[in-house]
Amino acid sequence: MDLMVLGQNAEEEEQAGGGCSAGSCGSTDDQVDLLPEHIREKVHNHPCYSEKAHHYFARMHVAVAPACNIQCHYCNRKYDCANESRPGVVSELLTPEQAVKKTMAVAANIPQMTVLGIAGPGDPLANPERTFHTFHTFRELSEKAPDIKLCVSTNGLALPAAVDELAKHNIDHVTITINCVDPEVGAKIYPWIFWNNRRIRGKKAAKILIDQQQKGLEMLVERGILVKVNSVLIPGVNDEHLQEVSRIVKSKGAFLHNVMPLISEAEHGTFYGIMGQRGPTPEELTTLQDACSGDMNMMRHCRQCRADAVGLLGEDRGDEFTMDKIEMMDIDYAEAMVKRAKVHEAIAKTLAADEAAANSDIQVAVDSRPVLMAVATSGSGVINQHFGHAREFLVYEASPAGVRFISHRKADQYCIGDDTCGEKESALTTTIRSLQGCEVVLCSKIGFEPWDELEKAGIQPNGEHAMEAIEEAVAAVYQEMAEAGKLDSTAVAAAA
Amino acid sequence: MSLSIIESCVNCWACLPVCPSNAIYEASPHFLIDAAKCTECEGDHATPQCASICPIEGAILDHLGEALNPPGSLTGIPPEKMDEAMAEIQAR
Ligand code: SF4
Ligand code: SF4
Ligand code: SF4
Repeated sequence: MDLMVLGQNAEEEEQAGGGCSAGSCGSTDDQVDLLPEHIREKVHNHPCYSEKAHHYFARMHVAVAPACNIQCHYCNRKYDCANESRPGVVSELLTPEQAVKKTMAVAANIPQMTVLGIAGPGDPLANPERTFHTFHTFRELSEKAPDIKLCVSTNGLALPAAVDELAKHNIDHVTITINCVDPEVGAKIYPWIFWNNRRIRGKKAAKILIDQQQKGLEMLVERGILVKVNSVLIPGVNDEHLQEVSRIVKSKGAFLHNVMPLISEAEHGTFYGIMGQRGPTPEELTTLQDACSGDMNMMRHCRQCRADAVGLLGEDRGDEFTMDKIEMMDIDYAEAMVKRAKVHEAIAKTLAADEAAANSDIQVAVDSRPVLMAVATSGSGVINQHFGHAREFLVYEASPAGVRFISHRKADQYCIGDDTCGEKESALTTTIRSLQGCEVVLCSKIGFEPWDELEKAGIQPNGEHAMEAIEEAVAAVYQEMAEAGKLDSTAVAAAA
Repeated sequence: MSLSIIESCVNCWACLPVCPSNAIYEASPHFLIDAAKCTECEGDHATPQCASICPIEGAILDHLGEALNPPGSLTGIPPEKMDEAMAEIQAR
């Protein structure tokens, strides 16, 4: 199977006129050369790497590793960390045996689940005991369920010491959260670390952490283990600095850089939340991702999912798989694997077909301005969600070069049912605000009231492309706009 | 002599595996230190391990009831500098 997920191959590049029309790559045309064939092969059905695949494949996390060895200003250990995919201590903590059982139960029931992540609640490598739990889970799973990819996320402090053990297991990739390479910047993000049996503060602490992260990255790359780097974009702290981070981690061999916006709601009780540190605007995020993408594969569809979440990115079916429910399930994994293989194959076909279709050419004047469009979808790569049911929108950019995925925007669900719509006024307003910068909203259906409100806000609702493939529909609407003369450089006013 | 954990503990598990005396145990509503086992890390480490990794100011007390991590010691911002720090952060 020759699936192109992270970049585009030369042929498609030609068809698309050099831009990215597949929507699967984060950015311009620098992607393919950067991703060797064996890596592309490895990541094609990984929802966290591939914008395309995340419409179809699912991931899950299990919480087996509490205890952390550092403090990040964006984290409150008690609650699920919104920035890193990390569960809080209130999540259901599992023994390695339970984690294995849960993973297999989910895999049998959700055949689309291809990836298991271990990400906390603290740091999975924080201390020998936790590391042991993490590895025990990995060992069991690679024997019993070889069709599940395993990955681990770490802050990097204890990474160098764990690399050899990691290499023994069938680990698909390691994610290191690297927010800085300069202790000066680091001291504003990490107040302290626990290192060699002492608490160390300030710049000294940040320097040790940075050194360990970089060393861990180098060691993993040496051993041929894929490394993804996550960074949290913190305005006024590391925003400019992240370009340098991107450049350095790429030169050391990380294959993907995921810049995520800081989430710092006061009610999460994090230091940043309480102190009033703001998160970036969608524009700031996109600008930085664009700036970094010249250097590296950028990942733009990350949902910062709950770390014990189960399901497609953006959905959580965790409630169906609590430990007491799992104890009741009787799983024949051999049988499940056969079913899973069939489902995976079917998805691969769909993806390949999409790929072929996605490059429907856009015929507009080369100087037409780009347009952002928001899409309501519940998965499978088609426009299949009611505007009022959408909890998030995917934002695509259409330009003469083609259609590309930009980001996702969270929205308040203003209508969940007939009698629960009390708050809809304000929720609709917030949703509309979250769509700022978009000129069109594509959804399966939409009510009269939101239609009016959207139009008033200068956003054109569109329900005509229900059940159509996203990229094609976006391209078609862009084409219509061009024909209606809405794309001339003089008509920019509406977008600004 | 022994340290103790009080109700502001968030049950984050950090202290439990680093205790050289196995004195810390999971309990409800929060983790506790077995006073009979706690050595204050004397002989094993220069500083009490639990108090050196705990992320919550004031959650661990010494035998006199004093917080080992008083307000401001973990955020790095002394209480009197709080307003200043907040203004600086909000200007970002
Ligand atoms: S490394 Fe993860 S668990 Fe530890 S403080 Fe940072 S975000 Fe929280
Ligand atoms: S002071 Fe040392 S011995 Fe006592 S509970 Fe804390 S870590 Fe254990
Ligand atoms: S480290 Fe502190 S907050 Fe965490 S469990 Fe121990 S006493 Fe409680």
